[in-house]
Amino acid sequence: MTARTGTVGGRTWVFPDLRTLLARASPARSGDVLAGIAAGSAAERVAARRALADVPLTALLEEPVVPYEADDVTRLILDTHDRAAFAPVASLTVGGLRDWLLSDAADEASLAALAPGVVPEVAAAVSKLMRNQDLVAVARRCRVVTSFRTTIGLPGTLASRLQPNSPTDDPREVLASTLDGLLLGCGDAVIGVNPATDSPRATTELLLLLDEVRERYDVPVQTCVLSHVTTTLDVLDRGAPVDLVFQSVAGTQAANAGFGITLDLLAEARTAATELGRGTVGSNVMYFETGQGSALSAGAHHGVDQQTLEARAYAVARAYDPLLVNTVVGFIGPEYLYDGKQITRAGLEDHFCGKLMGLPMGVDVCYTNHAEADADDTDTLLTLLGVAGCSFVIAVPGSDDVMLGYQSLAFHDVLYARRVLGLRPAPEFEAWLGSVGLLDDDGRVRELPPSDSVLSALGRRVLGP
Amino acid sequence: MTRLPAADSADADPWALLRAATRARIGLGRAGDALPTSAVLDLAADHALARDAVHEVLDVAALQAQLGDLPHLVVPSAAPDRATYLQRPDLGRRLGPDVRLPRGRYDVVFVLADGLSARAVHAHAVPTLRAALAGLDGWSVGPVVVATQARVALGDEVGAALGADAVVVLLGERPGLSAPDSLGAYVTWAPRPGRLDSERNCVSNVRPPAGQSHEVAGATVARLLREMRRLGLSGVRLKDDDRGRLESPPA
Repeated sequence: MTARTGTVGGRTWVFPDLRTLLARASPARSGDVLAGIAAGSAAERVAARRALADVPLTALLEEPVVPYEADDVTRLILDTHDRAAFAPVASLTVGGLRDWLLSDAADEASLAALAPGVVPEVAAAVSKLMRNQDLVAVARRCRVVTSFRTTIGLPGTLASRLQPNSPTDDPREVLASTLDGLLLGCGDAVIGVNPATDSPRATTELLLLLDEVRERYDVPVQTCVLSHVTTTLDVLDRGAPVDLVFQSVAGTQAANAGFGITLDLLAEARTAATELGRGTVGSNVMYFETGQGSALSAGAHHGVDQQTLEARAYAVARAYDPLLVNTVVGFIGPEYLYDGKQITRAGLEDHFCGKLMGLPMGVDVCYTNHAEADADDTDTLLTLLGVAGCSFVIAVPGSDDVMLGYQSLAFHDVLYARRVLGLRPAPEFEAWLGSVGLLDDDGRVRELPPSDSVLSALGRRVLGP
Repeated sequence: MTRLPAADSADADPWALLRAATRARIGLGRAGDALPTSAVLDLAADHALARDAVHEVLDVAALQAQLGDLPHLVVPSAAPDRATYLQRPDLGRRLGPDVRLPRGRYDVVFVLADGLSARAVHAHAVPTLRAALAGLDGWSVGPVVVATQARVALGDEVGAALGADAVVVLLGERPGLSAPDSLGAYVTWAPRPGRLDSERNCVSNVRPPAGQSHEVAGATVARLLREMRRLGLSGVRLKDDDRGRLESPPA
């Protein structure tokens, strides 16, 4: 390990190893303070950034932040590193990489070629030297396209996950929210419900319900019940209609163990879902969620800052060619991201790192009631992410997730972002919206009462006999 | 088959029936692409109530008055203020540095903890405590501990220090938009620092009339305690057959 130094205002700080340097250089956030690894002052933080700017990128490969022997995520990162893809930037420092990423040389083609060569520590390190506008500008040039029944990530599109959660897995509540979301033009990334009960029975019932709606109205979407991967594999084996396999993932082996998963288990799930062959325009079958703070929360952070660990979770996701990956940025609480400023910064970092590494990155723009944040903050982050070319966002009725007890975006917010930024839904879904009369002549989602829409029978089913 | 209201009837809200069928905020209408003014203000109001609940200070004197002649102690956690409490969960799980609790020998002690909603504790903690005590005939119950800036795991240190076989933490839950005053009851056998959340049982959403009643929640707590004493354990290995929906507590 190499000690590095940085000087600000005539004072010099010594950073004994890369892990410490990354933590001290990271933008201020409560989770790193909680872990006892944050910079002790604003000056120390900038001193660390000065030192980090001079670190050769190769050092980030040679000095793993979590030991190779102790951690299968580190082994995954290093054993599968694409050195040919990395070669064009291999001689740069972290500061030099920032400058290159912002230059005209880093166009869509060169960034796409670079992506497999970007290890998470490189993405995280350079992000710590980047201002919010840098994170937006570079992510905007990263193009990642994936597909199943819709195509995610095409230029000029913003997709949305319709999240019809019910506190009791009540099918009528799930259908009511699904109806609301479809009539507001949402669901093109996935119609994905978090089950209140992670049981094979509840999962199967919800899968059948969503699949029936999809088939009845011939909606080109994928559906997903976000149960544990083992539950999904179980019901898949028994014939349930599984489009996507979902799993929360984290950036260390120990944190993944806390989630009850191994890398082999994810590989098995991907194989099983791929063999079903349910995709029509593509075959990306995995859906992952992540979020800064999950490793610390599980006591599995190895003294590494939460943003670097988050980027390592993307290395896990990348190994399984996912259709969708999103960070749930404001969900975990103020002990990890204290306020709107920290949530906004983390959302932009996560989106940038994911995209730079070649992931179909979306964001759950959200906050809890004990965070110092409100709807103004989610408006701001949504707008920034729209400019940054975010692949998809998550939306619920009226921004109130009545099951998980937090605020995400409202379906309306997706309409707002698409309109002010000139973005459109995924093309297959947009064609469906048009074909069933949900779009006006300008291609905007019409305001239709449910009874006048093609989905009126869905409304009657909510009301029941 | 139920008919939806006709869209063209003069002032019919086409979503009224559907909205009544779900807790979700569906059919809010539109102002252009945005939410209409009334929906924006409704959301703001509910968020404000939840925010105020998070920052409301536990009224210890009022709680002591509610406790009447039940013996009780008041203790702070190691988190000195709300801002610290929110950012340092570890401090909310430990007693303040100057706290000394008198060691005794008890079957159970109850902790009333502000958690993230003092409002829930004001409204529901003492009635739930009394309902639980009604089901614990013959149990030796230690002094009630009123704890400020406290998290669930503070009960582990309190229970161990007081010498209790079990601890029940009645705590204000994180406010949801529609529930700023929800109380949770966390029951742990053989409390000691380091207990895992999977070693607790939880009775959640105590919040009449929308949620569970004090009487039902208190009776469930008492039943859990009797089962724990019979089996000598708590947590995921203990199933509450009468309700069948004990939940894992949050971290």
